[in-house]
Amino acid sequence: MDLVEFQGKQLFARNGVPVPPPGAVCRTVEEAVAAAGRILEDGASAVVVKAQVKVGGRGKAGGVKVVTSVDDARAAAEAILGLDIKGHVVHVLYLEPASDIAEEYYLSVLHDRVAKGDLIICSRQGGVDIEEVNRTDPAAVVKRQVVPSERADGLPRAVALEVVTAAQLPEEVREAAADLLVALFDAYLAEDATLTEINPLIRTPDDRVLALDAKVSLDASAAFRHDGYADWALEGVDGDDPLEARARAEGMQYVKLDGDVGVLGNGAGLVMATLDVVAQNGGRAANFLDVGGGASADSMAASLRLVLSDPAVRSVFINIFGGITRGEEVARGVLGAVEQLGDFPQRLIVRLDGTNAEEGRAILAEAAHPSIITAPTMQEAAAQAVEAARSAA
Amino acid sequence: MSIFIDETTTVVVQGIGSQGTFHAARNKAYGTQVVAGVHPRRGGETWEELDAPIFSTVAEAVAATGANTSMVMVPAPFTKDAILEAYAAGIRTIVAITEGVPVHDMTVVYDTVVRDGGVRLIGPNCPGLISPGKANVGIIPADITMPGRVGLVSRSGTLTYQIMHELAQAGIGISTCVGIGGDPVIGTQFLDVIQAFAADPDTDAIAFVGEIGGGEEQRAGEWIRDNIPDTPVVGYIAGFEAPAGKQMGHAGAIVKEGGPGGESAAEKQEILAGYGIPVADNPSAAAALMIERLGRG
Repeated sequence: MDLVEFQGKQLFARNGVPVPPPGAVCRTVEEAVAAAGRILEDGASAVVVKAQVKVGGRGKAGGVKVVTSVDDARAAAEAILGLDIKGHVVHVLYLEPASDIAEEYYLSVLHDRVAKGDLIICSRQGGVDIEEVNRTDPAAVVKRQVVPSERADGLPRAVALEVVTAAQLPEEVREAAADLLVALFDAYLAEDATLTEINPLIRTPDDRVLALDAKVSLDASAAFRHDGYADWALEGVDGDDPLEARARAEGMQYVKLDGDVGVLGNGAGLVMATLDVVAQNGGRAANFLDVGGGASADSMAASLRLVLSDPAVRSVFINIFGGITRGEEVARGVLGAVEQLGDFPQRLIVRLDGTNAEEGRAILAEAAHPSIITAPTMQEAAAQAVEAARSAA
Repeated sequence: MSIFIDETTTVVVQGIGSQGTFHAARNKAYGTQVVAGVHPRRGGETWEELDAPIFSTVAEAVAATGANTSMVMVPAPFTKDAILEAYAAGIRTIVAITEGVPVHDMTVVYDTVVRDGGVRLIGPNCPGLISPGKANVGIIPADITMPGRVGLVSRSGTLTYQIMHELAQAGIGISTCVGIGGDPVIGTQFLDVIQAFAADPDTDAIAFVGEIGGGEEQRAGEWIRDNIPDTPVVGYIAGFEAPAGKQMGHAGAIVKEGGPGGESAAEKQEILAGYGIPVADNPSAAAALMIERLGRG
């Protein structure tokens, strides 16, 4: 799960990573005006108003504004709320006291898939796109693999100091930056993060270092050992589609997409392949949904109910490969699910293959349910599903 | 021959609840030697469904039965410790079926068991592997395939079954099929399996099913071009339609927005084509490509 900035800062703060003084989370212009007033009254010379979206490049897109008055805060909040940043609409703002910035650096700890370990990245050039720095001036980006012995008891301070020194952070802030990196690595491990990124890491005029931004991705598989993990899901924040949230709560693997052919199948790879075949037949999938191994009537009904509750869905492609779950069981699962759901306008195109597929198709044929069409191959099923969606439009 | 498992494989099962028992019984019915179960509180009992002894620890199971392979089906929170226990007990082939193992747990497991220990770890979050006619360890349905000379490696379970099934219908069998799993940190990579197939005298051709995300398919493709350019290899990469930044079921399957190049299905297809490896647009087409290369059996 990706966190938005203010959540990332909360997570940093509770792990000892220095962040600016706490601000306010606002969902309306009036809330933002009131918060700005409080922050200015408390003695801040300026307030920064920031869009809380899970996408980079907020500043360039107009999603970050520094204001010095309540009136300007109102104008900023009005401009940013509802703003579309690369397809992510802003519903939440974060207001915090503006920090004095002497310099900007870059620091992150992330899981490196290729090396299958932890990687620290540090650069003296921050506040800019680090990928771009890496392309144009690779020497300015220091990358340090963490070896297993270094992760067992937390990152050794000597390693942290070695990294910030190699990145040529100024001597005046190296000690503070090393302390911050040790805390950041602790946060990364303790919170089961796969990414903790600070861009920019700032140097204040009095030589402190602070995480001015926070980008954090948490490992959903580790949710079982983190109380309050589900609380990170934030109503109204992009990426938290209501159907996706419902699916997560029901333990389903569901991703909302922008087409009109509902898709469900057993196995993540098969469902991905189904999206591909739908597209190759001129259609667009409305979702990704993996029903998992069993494909019983109950799990099928729950999955179908979720897919059909999306108003964009005009037809549904059910793609099941019978492995251990035999074709007859899958067919009975589909029929049972349809019975549980009652009337619905969409056609279901069922493609059944694998173990006892013929027996399963025979059961479906015999039932002759008016909403169910069967097809022997993925290609034929996809063509029919696309056609059914088109004629229902 | 075959790779990783065969008729000499002797399996101890860690995690003998209903799922573990169901699949272990299937594996045994196929002819796999499932010799023991492990449960911390049921040592000394008999595993009725398998007609096999239960031990409290893997070490005791190994000492008593000589098991050389472990199948791990414990819940995700216990998977790290289960794999480390199997390794400490001297098991050299570990097949971890469990899904949802935290990344940081797998980092420790990979360092200890694979990098330092040199153990053959398959998975986690994988369907296991089958050497048709010899042994089946995991949850792959055995009756959709048959012995043959095509090696199959895949990050996806059901897609693998689809391709095995279509090859079998064309009379083409499998030497070994390995489901390596869809997680970011897995013990055995694409390339490891392909190198094992290349060294196996009874594997003549290779089919693979990849996914969006990561760079394993590309690395494997480069090795194939440089080392076994004459071996027929065909593939399919799932996820041509996957939107950037969204995780598609498998924890490893995510196209990174602005991330390093070559992670999307189309990019992988293009890179592999550059290595002389045809990548089909869908799984059936991949099976058809292989059938075309080899002729019907």
